[in-house]
Amino acid sequence: MIQTDIIIVGAGPVGIFTVFEAGLLKLRCHLIDSLPQPGGQLIEIYPKKPIYDIPGYPIVNAGELVNKLLEQSSVFKPGFTLGETVVSLEEVSDNQFLVTTNRGTKHQAPVVIIAGGLGVFEPRKPPIENLNLYEDKGVEYIIKDPEFYRGKRVVISGGGDSALDWTIYLAENKIAAEIALVHRRTSFRGHLDSVQKVMDLADQKRIQLITDAEVAGIVPNNSGSLGSVVIRHATLGDIIKETDHFIPLFGLTPSLGPIADWGLEIEKNAVKVNTFDYSTNRKGIYAVGDINTYPGKLKLILSGFHEGTLAVQSAFAKIYPNKKNVLKYTTVNGVSGF
Amino acid sequence: MDSTIKVIIIDREGTSHDLEAPTDMNMNIMEICKAYELPVEGTCGGMALCASCQCYLESNTTLPEQSEAELAMLDEAFYVKDNSRLGCQIRITDEIDGIVLRLAPK
Repeated sequence: MIQTDIIIVGAGPVGIFTVFEAGLLKLRCHLIDSLPQPGGQLIEIYPKKPIYDIPGYPIVNAGELVNKLLEQSSVFKPGFTLGETVVSLEEVSDNQFLVTTNRGTKHQAPVVIIAGGLGVFEPRKPPIENLNLYEDKGVEYIIKDPEFYRGKRVVISGGGDSALDWTIYLAENKIAAEIALVHRRTSFRGHLDSVQKVMDLADQKRIQLITDAEVAGIVPNNSGSLGSVVIRHATLGDIIKETDHFIPLFGLTPSLGPIADWGLEIEKNAVKVNTFDYSTNRKGIYAVGDINTYPGKLKLILSGFHEGTLAVQSAFAKIYPNKKNVLKYTTVNGVSGF
Repeated sequence: MDSTIKVIIIDREGTSHDLEAPTDMNMNIMEICKAYELPVEGTCGGMALCASCQCYLESNTTLPEQSEAELAMLDEAFYVKDNSRLGCQIRITDEIDGIVLRLAPK
């Protein structure tokens, strides 16, 4: 059990800076993020992109900004639970929240600040009728353990690097018994040597390459699991292909995830907050950065910094209702870490 | 000089919306749709990373060539057709006056 003052859900720029502002009030923080490294979308999606609207930085790369923020917050020694997704939040005894991840890591604190940005990155699911009925019955969106496919017939769809890389891996290591790669266009946009490898494997008949086609339907077997996929070819029409597994690999897309089930008021896929202190409708739970909404909301990193700063002031009052607090300037007092 | 153009957006119910779009605000189609509160999410903020602003070009408007980033994103999107475009990658300029775009399914 990890016990702290504030659990911050989301380790993007706003979550990281909130650690600093909380630290100035002598509040300790622990960050949880489903990504394996801190930085959120700045690191996951656009680490090399320049940002021009961070005060004091005429230009800063997203990755560099994250490093600077981590450096700034490091004096307050935040804890990190990375690569784990928060699945549940429950209010337990004496005003404490228990936050548990998909791997069962438990965190407890009197305050939770949600700084979840775009939400959780989940696999993009193709619009195939009843596809969800076959999840874990032959349809997987992520390859967790390639050995799972040993000796099996596999259909992969997608045209990006992950579709290409897994096709190559399963074929070259002779794991799957049969592999078909289905792609909507004739050409691929992945790394050139991956594309070449896939073409070579197809020439050697070690994989079946089906281009100008999409998987359009699922046919169950007798036990209700995946039996065949219907491959819709641009000119040849429908091809029914028997398979044990269908793995659509179309990248990741953000979704609100389990936050939607925490009894928080949600509007337009975002958490409604009071701009007085960025509190949600549940006492002790705040939302800052891109995940929140209020009249006049701007999804800017700099707005998130402001929101986190106000939220921790309110958090302090909740944690220490009888302690007086007054805004202190770092220019006067400096920063004394933990 | 008039600095607005006309943009016609057909929503997912088939209703056509005539929008006045300013050419001097450095905007794109995704942003103008959001400004008029049409159901375009623009989740990624315009970096060609989510395809939530995918639309179909239905006029003869000549558009600049698609970037590698846009083509890569459309490769991983669904309901893609030959005339698919990402709204966030179409800049509001005088050259596209009268453009007709239909929003792709979600």
